[in-house]
Amino acid sequence: MSLFSKFEAVRAGIDSLAAHGRNPFDVRFERVLSATEALLEGQPCLLFGTNNYLGLTFDPSCIEASVRSVQEAGTGTTGSRIANGTYGDHALLERRMAEFYGKRSAMIFTTGYQANLGLISTLAGREDHLLIDADSHASIYDACKLSNAEVIRFRHNDPDDLAHRLRRLEDRPGNCIIVIEGIYSMLGDSAPLHEIAAVKRDTGATLIVDEAHSLGIRGKNGRGVCEDAGVESDVDFVVGTFSKSLGAIGGFAVSDLPDFDLLRVVCRPYMFTASLPPAIVGSVMAALDRMSSDQSLGARVRSNSNRLYCGLAEAGFEVGPEPNPIVAVKLADRESAVQFWNRLLDRGVYANLALPPATPGSVSMLRCSVSAAHTEAQIDRAIATMVAVGRELRVLDARATKTPVSLTGTSL
Amino acid sequence: MTDNASHIEAEILALLARRVPVGVIVAPETQIAGGLGLDSVAILDFIMEIEDRFDISIPLDQVAEVQTIADLSRAIETLTRASN
Repeated sequence: MSLFSKFEAVRAGIDSLAAHGRNPFDVRFERVLSATEALLEGQPCLLFGTNNYLGLTFDPSCIEASVRSVQEAGTGTTGSRIANGTYGDHALLERRMAEFYGKRSAMIFTTGYQANLGLISTLAGREDHLLIDADSHASIYDACKLSNAEVIRFRHNDPDDLAHRLRRLEDRPGNCIIVIEGIYSMLGDSAPLHEIAAVKRDTGATLIVDEAHSLGIRGKNGRGVCEDAGVESDVDFVVGTFSKSLGAIGGFAVSDLPDFDLLRVVCRPYMFTASLPPAIVGSVMAALDRMSSDQSLGARVRSNSNRLYCGLAEAGFEVGPEPNPIVAVKLADRESAVQFWNRLLDRGVYANLALPPATPGSVSMLRCSVSAAHTEAQIDRAIATMVAVGRELRVLDARATKTPVSLTGTSL
Repeated sequence: MTDNASHIEAEILALLARRVPVGVIVAPETQIAGGLGLDSVAILDFIMEIEDRFDISIPLDQVAEVQTIADLSRAIETLTRASN
């Protein structure tokens, strides 16, 4: 038996997807033109499948800061912080993140995945219990695998189920650590933070919130769903990423706990990997400046999200539970989703194809994401294209569906 | 097999009957991964239904060790005994 024979079913799955036209795991843009457009198969394509929520990837001040950093400090750090040293800008970015969240300490990681992997697996020891939302991101599940703790899932966004499961653990030794996300990456629904924080207070558990998809989008100052719900003081650790709203790569964790810095010498996914390169640290700090000083970015991504969400709902699509920058369009089955996704690309609109088992409730869907950089005309064109494809594939009933008046005659 | 064990197994089979695709026959020796026609997320959702039914939490590492319906039944029996 070959080493790879265990992946035969995976190969067959990819082959059957590619038989519809394209391999969704291997979309290759010839050129990325801006935060909202790319060249694909020689044609311009609207990007509605990124996580570029604030549209900062081409921001001149971020690019300039990145170039300056690479010129001043070189292309890479060539090693880890504990073995090869901390650069001044690593420490500065950590201070800036702690200040932004109003917390005592911050740690930066090389990716958001590693931030979850490192923080969760290190905090949860042998006798501890991790209680994770059933719809958690893969990085949270992988962190659980790496930890020595007992791992229990609770029903998605269900504070009563969480409380119930915590009560079952009442007489057991060890700490209970709750892990949730601010906004969930597939359906774009947000956590009931107010209620979950109350469960945390009642039970004395520790609370970790991953704000990867909510930084810069929710809360008066862009600090996420925790800020929005007014429960920041109940949250022991906020985790997040620089790869989405801040347009680069990297992860972070912030906390008020006094021993937080001990993590630097016990957290292996922080200790044994190269630290973020200067170009990234430079652009992230500039993006943080842009996000903090320009409240219109958050306002724009929220209003754009509403436009896409309401436009698709009005046209008759089954969308996710609330308007956020992730807009899920649920489709009947895998076949329709794959066809829909291919036809959208044929017409120059790129969204994400999301299929079971990567989706909650085994739903087949398109995952669209919205940016502050999208123009209203681009959003309207995406809606109009989706309506046209929806009618062709009979996802929408041609007679019953009305095209929103605002969409007639829009162009890129 | 004790009365309790056979009762647990019967409950599992009844709960599964509502979830598995038409034509799939479920027996105590059926492999949970691969034998039920359910993907990994659907299996974890089924485990949650089981947890509610028996008022237990099955830690993920124990879920990973469970291969067949009979294994699941034994795990539930152990956990319900421990919580009583």
